[in-house]
Amino acid sequence: MTSTQVAPARESHVVSSRHRFMTRHASWIPVFAAIAILVAMVIGAQIYFDGDFLSPPLISSILLDNSYLLILAVGMTFVILTGGIDLSVGAVMSFTGMFGASLLRDGLPSGVVAPVMLACGALIGLGIGVLVQYFDVQPFIASLAGMFLARGLGFVVSLNSIKVTDSSILWLQRTRWHFGDWYVTATGILALLVVAVGALLLAYTRFGRTIYAVGGNEQSARLMGLPVARTKLLAYVVSGTCAGLAGVVFTAYTGAAYPLNGIGTELDTIAAVVIGGTLLIGGSGFVVGSMIGVFVYGMIKTIINFLGVDQSWTRITIGGLLLLFVVVQRVIVARSARRR
Amino acid sequence: MSHSDAETASDALVAMRGITIQFPGVKALDGVDLVLRAGEVHALMGENGAGKSTLIKALTGEYAVDAGTITVAGEPRVFHGTADAQSAGISTVYQEVNLCANLSVGENVMLGHELRRGGRIDWRATHRAAAEHLENLGVELDTRTSLSTHSIAVQQLVAISRAMVTDAKVLVLDEPTSSLDRSEVEQLFSVMRDLRARGVAILFVTHFLDQVFEIADRCTVLRNGRLVGEYPLPSLTPGSLVQLMLGRELDDLEALSSVADRHVDRSGAPVVRATGTGRKGVIEPTDIDVYPGEVVGIAGLLGSGRTELARLLAGADHADSGQIEVAGKAARLANPRSAIDHGIAYSSEDRRAEGILGDLTVAENIVLGIQARRGWRKLRKAEQDAVVAEYIAALGVRPASPSTLIRNLSGGNQQKVLLARWLATAPALLILDEPTRGIDVGAKADIQRKVAELSARGLAVVFISSELEEVLRLSQRIVVMRDRRKIGELASHDVDVDAVIDFIAHEGQEGAA
Repeated sequence: MTSTQVAPARESHVVSSRHRFMTRHASWIPVFAAIAILVAMVIGAQIYFDGDFLSPPLISSILLDNSYLLILAVGMTFVILTGGIDLSVGAVMSFTGMFGASLLRDGLPSGVVAPVMLACGALIGLGIGVLVQYFDVQPFIASLAGMFLARGLGFVVSLNSIKVTDSSILWLQRTRWHFGDWYVTATGILALLVVAVGALLLAYTRFGRTIYAVGGNEQSARLMGLPVARTKLLAYVVSGTCAGLAGVVFTAYTGAAYPLNGIGTELDTIAAVVIGGTLLIGGSGFVVGSMIGVFVYGMIKTIINFLGVDQSWTRITIGGLLLLFVVVQRVIVARSARRR
Repeated sequence: MSHSDAETASDALVAMRGITIQFPGVKALDGVDLVLRAGEVHALMGENGAGKSTLIKALTGEYAVDAGTITVAGEPRVFHGTADAQSAGISTVYQEVNLCANLSVGENVMLGHELRRGGRIDWRATHRAAAEHLENLGVELDTRTSLSTHSIAVQQLVAISRAMVTDAKVLVLDEPTSSLDRSEVEQLFSVMRDLRARGVAILFVTHFLDQVFEIADRCTVLRNGRLVGEYPLPSLTPGSLVQLMLGRELDDLEALSSVADRHVDRSGAPVVRATGTGRKGVIEPTDIDVYPGEVVGIAGLLGSGRTELARLLAGADHADSGQIEVAGKAARLANPRSAIDHGIAYSSEDRRAEGILGDLTVAENIVLGIQARRGWRKLRKAEQDAVVAEYIAALGVRPASPSTLIRNLSGGNQQKVLLARWLATAPALLILDEPTRGIDVGAKADIQRKVAELSARGLAVVFISSELEEVLRLSQRIVVMRDRRKIGELASHDVDVDAVIDFIAHEGQEGAA
């Protein structure tokens, strides 16, 4: 039998390595774009503030202030990679926070309460997944229902803020390990761990690869005999569990739970994921990208703080960036469609 | 080759008996048998709508059977999904390659079977295994490249490699050659011969008769959801096979040949006359005119500008040079709507994406054209029913049920419904872009006959097809395109297929700058 060489002709080493990169890792380009924007923002701010901007405590605080968002973004990445969306995460974070705080107030130990909070999140995620997979409900609608449910349940727990006094929950936030001028909190470590676990799951397990396959072409994935139903369900469970964990972290961060917490957080999360280079149509994106997206978001907030202008400019800037990234994604998708 | 004389079921790897599948309003399969033997290429033949796709989907577990049994290697099986069929050793490569374009070649081969070490995927080993599977088929590829960077032909070979990963005993190839060129087909066939020699049973579905005779050992013929029979191929001739598929003599096509000689009255105004019509970077300025009762063929290779020209005439793309006259008056075809208002109907070459609305019924798809022309004025129910019934009968749409969802129809019948949609608007000019691609001989003959009949009654037609015989048979004049420009016009009674090919090959070169 004759062998077919399908590799393209190599004109020069530079061209071939560029070609090689493009045919192998094109989906990383949006992530590099996000990194470039992050770097440009830092350099720009550093110049604008005459070198007074960048400092180790400031960088450390960005991780601290956004650890809940980072955890949510990891879960959201799983769902968006399947081609879905999860609008419930902000409300679920708020509800699990309220529920957990009320249990702690009633005297339950934090060792029981934290797992219960995670389980609540997972359960709501499972419900959304079942709606999406078995009742063929649009992810947008299913998770919108989940959002209203969680928001409502939060109000059922209490209409007022519940203060948390449990020492181990507060420890997550208060303990700061210092490395020179740098510091990190337990919540920050937790968030980075979630990123690491998420990245490993997606890159090195069959579950993770099936997520990409489903997002790339669900029909194909089904015909390939992959467990599509189970995988989609699990993606929402992962997102729900992350929202539960974000509930723990956010409660530690604010020292109290309030039923109006996290309104609009789901949209911030989606924005961070998209800025981090994950395609909303699914099948392409990375947890690491979402992390960069969260840092971009945090950096914008910090810069606007520094400028001393109104925080509404955060949303406006995020909106502009999001628009830019969605346009860039369209161009990338259109170009790869033309190649085919 | 092992088209053995052993007719016993003992060497049967897969035996499907009495398979019946019912859809709402359609009995897609009615008591069909199919037997596949190890080390044989078995062709599944039939017209569009005969039930080939349905039978395949029953075999691959996508459809549940309403009656009948499937035994694999002597064991009765019930498939609840494609995963079940795959674990029974049945793998399928579909017409539209069903892989994930967002993933790498290696992943597509190994997805779900990645090699693991210590609980995590060992990518190096996985890619090495993928490369080995590809090499077994004689394909050398960088398995880490994205699948989307490769041609359909390569993707198909990747899909076959994937089937081999699951150690398939039975390989189903559903129309694998329809988008391949000749050398790619050769490569696929050498892979198929190799697999056959290794004892794989291959079910090969195609509508190319010559390919069946080239590669298959045996064939099963279906017609209208029923089994016609199973035949060893050496016992058949192309003629007898077509006869089995159609159940009638196929001299219909021959009778059409007189059409090309029919005289066209060119004394009045042409239905459409385009002068210097072009679009920058897409097609050079081109002249074309079509008179009432005339069929003008456009011949040329894929990418020669034939579809682009049709789109300009149909207002689907905007021309940036030249004039277009409709019935002697200058017209501006800014969009398809204005073209329709001028009586120009365009049936796109991409039936699936730009033609049918799969979730609507046959009747709704037909009425759509009239409705678009009428605007908001509602079409009365009785009027609708009459139109729909008329065109279903006139074009021989099968099943002849207006309430069937169009996506449950075969390609040929979908095409007939599209034709009906445009005819119902009573156009002055009908532009048909590849109306017979991917459909079987019977439906093809139906459509060709209808086109000839309509033009005899005064309709002007622009007919585009890759099949030169078809263009020659139907049209009085042929516009020949090459490299995005018109290189000449031929009167079809003066030329034969070879002459047109020769014209395409040589005529354009002198003119090229």
